[in-house]
Amino acid sequence: MRSSFAYRTARNAVFKGIIILLTLVTLFPLIAVLYHIFTEGISAINWSFFTHLPKPVGETGGGVLNAIAGSLLIILFATLIAVPVGVAVGLYFRDNSKTKVYAVAHSAVDILQGIPSIVIGIIIYLWLVKPTGQFSSISGSVTLAFMMLPSIIKSTEETLKLVPESIKEASLALGVPHYKTMLRVIVPMGMSGILNGIILGIARVAGETAPLLFTAFGNPFLNFNIGKPMASLPLIIFNYAISPYDDWHKLAWGASFILVAIVLFLNILTKLAERKWKVQF
Amino acid sequence: MTDIQEREKATRYLNFREGLYQKTLSFSAVLIILLIGCMFLTLLISSIPSIRAIGIKFFYNSAWDPVSDQYGALPFLAGTLLTSLLALIISIPFSLSIGLFLGEYFPNGWISNILKNGIELLAGIPSVIFGFWGMFTIVPFVRDLEMKLGAPPIGVGILSASILLAIMIIPYSASLIRLVVSMVPSTLKEGAYSLGATRFEVIRYIIIPHIRSGISAGILLSLGRALGETMAVTMLIGNTVAIPKSLFDTGNTMASVIANEFTEATGKVYFSALIEVGLFLFLVTTLINVIGVKIIKRYQVQ
Repeated sequence: MRSSFAYRTARNAVFKGIIILLTLVTLFPLIAVLYHIFTEGISAINWSFFTHLPKPVGETGGGVLNAIAGSLLIILFATLIAVPVGVAVGLYFRDNSKTKVYAVAHSAVDILQGIPSIVIGIIIYLWLVKPTGQFSSISGSVTLAFMMLPSIIKSTEETLKLVPESIKEASLALGVPHYKTMLRVIVPMGMSGILNGIILGIARVAGETAPLLFTAFGNPFLNFNIGKPMASLPLIIFNYAISPYDDWHKLAWGASFILVAIVLFLNILTKLAERKWKVQF
Repeated sequence: MTDIQEREKATRYLNFREGLYQKTLSFSAVLIILLIGCMFLTLLISSIPSIRAIGIKFFYNSAWDPVSDQYGALPFLAGTLLTSLLALIISIPFSLSIGLFLGEYFPNGWISNILKNGIELLAGIPSVIFGFWGMFTIVPFVRDLEMKLGAPPIGVGILSASILLAIMIIPYSASLIRLVVSMVPSTLKEGAYSLGATRFEVIRYIIIPHIRSGISAGILLSLGRALGETMAVTMLIGNTVAIPKSLFDTGNTMASVIANEFTEATGKVYFSALIEVGLFLFLVTTLINVIGVKIIKRYQVQ
């Protein structure tokens, strides 16, 4: 009976049904989160949301200009720190994959990717905030730079490995110096992949909150000095979300909407870039 | 200047640039290694006051009380372990299903495209937003459940945090499982099909045994993610210092106690004890990641 044909096909069908059902159930929270953010967020957003500072409790209106500016600035500096280091390490990995340094550095990158963000926050606090005695936006940038590095390094290495050796040899045969071959021929050919890694890295850190709690700290005012505490979208969402006030919840929903829109936009950007400039040889 | 001198000058210049290029690259690679080493040392050195003052009691003392200068991390260890394991248990059926759905049943086509993009999107939503959303959806849901079961209707607690954590790690473990499912050699599957096996039998007797260690690696790596997850858990777990006795109890995790108390820790031992929690988290997640990545890489080599 257990091995009859009918039993086996029935079991097969039931199993397939369960797989499909469980898979579709997973889409449920996704739709719920997006729906919630969209409906709550859109009602909180208007022009003054982008142009005003948050108002004290009890006063309606106000915006999150300080957080938007802060997030942009923190991420900009994080990118400026992470990209040169990440691309250099990726280039090293491409050409030296048999050395000891490669093996150790490669594991180091894997480890870095797995370190919880809050622990990186502690470390940067001990390195940059405690000695200077001041929370600063640049320490937040350094924290985020660390978290972007693995994505930039890996995409640089993997894309540049796709560029065939024959192209490198052709350039060398024409008398182009090795360093120039790498920087002017190989890197531009893998540019789309590198850019993809950078954008993915930005998308990964744009919503990071935990490590910014003890580095950038947050600031209710507009600040462009990277040596001083600075507001950011994730921080403002956290602070307003755990507050008991409806006005602040509303601001937090609006900020969530903007943050998700940014992350979504970055993800779509990488998808389009991938499709348009896919490295193929 | 003669021709030869000029050429020598040009060569020297090129050699210098080439050397600079090579040195910059090697320096960056070594820098990464040094930075990770320094991170570990920083945590270790800063934890020394607490290691000296508390010693091994840190891991089994359940009192965390800055007023009487007692720091036992057991409640946080218990909270972290409980939420992470519960989240894994909740997420495994779903991530396995998605892995099989995308890796075996529908590897191509528009359905899998939508699903893949949707899951990527889910993975991209920041943790703090998940937490915010959870406060307004999961917490009331758990509160209703508690009312029906007669438990005190708090809403926040271990169960709420675990459900949210499960939703957050599904994309990650599902994509890892999909990766190993799609790497099962098609000759093996075709062999079974040609003997008359149904798809379920192929999955049950060919695919699953073949990727057993890959699935464990995927689960292990998701555990690493869950252990370090901070914001969403902090917002939903209730943040009380006690060993949770039931799923509805409030609690605290290692990551969330750091997030909550780090900037307010004034005493030397208090501050250092929080860093020791961070050091422990660092060591555990590093160990989990090294093992998990090693197993996954073995599949990619095959």
